[in-house]
Amino acid sequence: MNKHLLSAADLSADDIETLFTTAAEMHDVQRREVKKLPALRGRTVINLFFEDSTRTRSSFEIAGKWLSADTINITGKGSSTSKGESLRDTVLTIAAMGVDALVMRHSASGAALQVSQWVDAVVINAGDGTHEHPTQSLLDAYTLTRRLGTLEGKHVAIVGDLTHSRVFRSNVIMLATLGARVTVVAPPTLMPSGVGAWSQEAGFALSHELDEVLPKADAVMMLRVQKERMSGGFFPSPREYTVGYGLTRDRLAVLGPDVPICHPGPMNRGLEIAADAADAAQSLILDQVSAGVAIRMSVLYHLLAGEGSAA
Amino acid sequence: MTAESSVQPPAEARVVLDARDITRALTRISHEILERNKGAGDLVLLGIPSRGVPLARRIAERITAVEGVEVPVGALDVTMYRDDLRKHPARGPQPTEIPPGGLDGRTVVLVDDVLYSGRTVRAALDAMNDLGRPDVVRLAVLVDRGHRELPIRADHVGKNLPSSRSERVMVRLEELDGLEGVWLA
Repeated sequence: MNKHLLSAADLSADDIETLFTTAAEMHDVQRREVKKLPALRGRTVINLFFEDSTRTRSSFEIAGKWLSADTINITGKGSSTSKGESLRDTVLTIAAMGVDALVMRHSASGAALQVSQWVDAVVINAGDGTHEHPTQSLLDAYTLTRRLGTLEGKHVAIVGDLTHSRVFRSNVIMLATLGARVTVVAPPTLMPSGVGAWSQEAGFALSHELDEVLPKADAVMMLRVQKERMSGGFFPSPREYTVGYGLTRDRLAVLGPDVPICHPGPMNRGLEIAADAADAAQSLILDQVSAGVAIRMSVLYHLLAGEGSAA
Repeated sequence: MTAESSVQPPAEARVVLDARDITRALTRISHEILERNKGAGDLVLLGIPSRGVPLARRIAERITAVEGVEVPVGALDVTMYRDDLRKHPARGPQPTEIPPGGLDGRTVVLVDDVLYSGRTVRAALDAMNDLGRPDVVRLAVLVDRGHRELPIRADHVGKNLPSSRSERVMVRLEELDGLEGVWLA
């Protein structure tokens, strides 16, 4: 396994298998009365979040604490960044305190890679701009693998705002490594530029017609419409988006009861996903959250526990 | 102790216990456990992965054959509790299975294949601390090869095997390895 986790492409199929096996054991620990393992005793993990987050940050914090690491949260707001300190100075200041891992979220694509070149600590990318979010793709694939048995040869549809989605980018890489067939579905205005060439290179299919893809899917991943990143008219109205690309009650019926539904959260209920779909028996949305802690424990353990890890 | 990487012991390895010796040793250990515990009441057997787990199952089968009662068997992984985690690349943990009755108030017999430094057993005692509070904890091992680094001893020993630190003790069990025996190389 690489020292850092910056991209889903850092992980081989064997690495993913190892991480999943450990995550399954961590899942059992979550159900124990004493949810504490001593593996990372004396290690310090800093969650450095320059963007808002509930589930990623809290699950990294819980994951670190259950492994007995000291975890500290630093957010962009209220840190020296708001006084005008540069990212480099902020990161070097924190690294100088002697930390073992930096879990980082930043609005700039490539921020985690950049930081990994400045510090000795292990850097885990918890979302960089519209680029990647590798631990999200790990927990998505883990949740789907537990439900479907394997992803080899399975057809996964990823639907929604691709342009602004780091979850989409990491998932396409992760699912390809695990042997799944992927079709990404979005309106033309929410397809990132250059996606045609990338899809040929990476071997995934593109579509603008959700109703053609859904009946052939073994699993569906809905993406959030990221209003905060949109400055302009990507679609005429929310209602029109829902009609074309939302997982509505009618589409849920087409899907059938055995096809799992994922959503990385937070959901815009009624926009990209209907309440009926979000709360359906086949919805894995809460399983994803619970898997999030197990996967992040597994990642922290494998990157920090062994020999030669961290400073 | 941890599993050796290759299944087949090297040609120059000396057989210390063959399949029948292992059977006899486990039968004796089973009787000793029953004698010490005055029956199978409140007994729980916990194997330490990987090879302690099939050994614990075999002991449980023998106890059932003698006493006619089912003894709860489980597995207790100690990977995350080891004090030498940082000396190796991180190894994935193996399953921990605690029988439905739990450990509180029970007599737990930890079962492992080889007792060497005692560090695995120390880790197992720590791991058990997070899972419950047994009344009594005992230790059964197939082979005790000496060289303890901690004040730990086994209650039930299949074979005491004087060895030098440079030698390797290899335990192979049918369930995991497809062959059976203990070798010294």
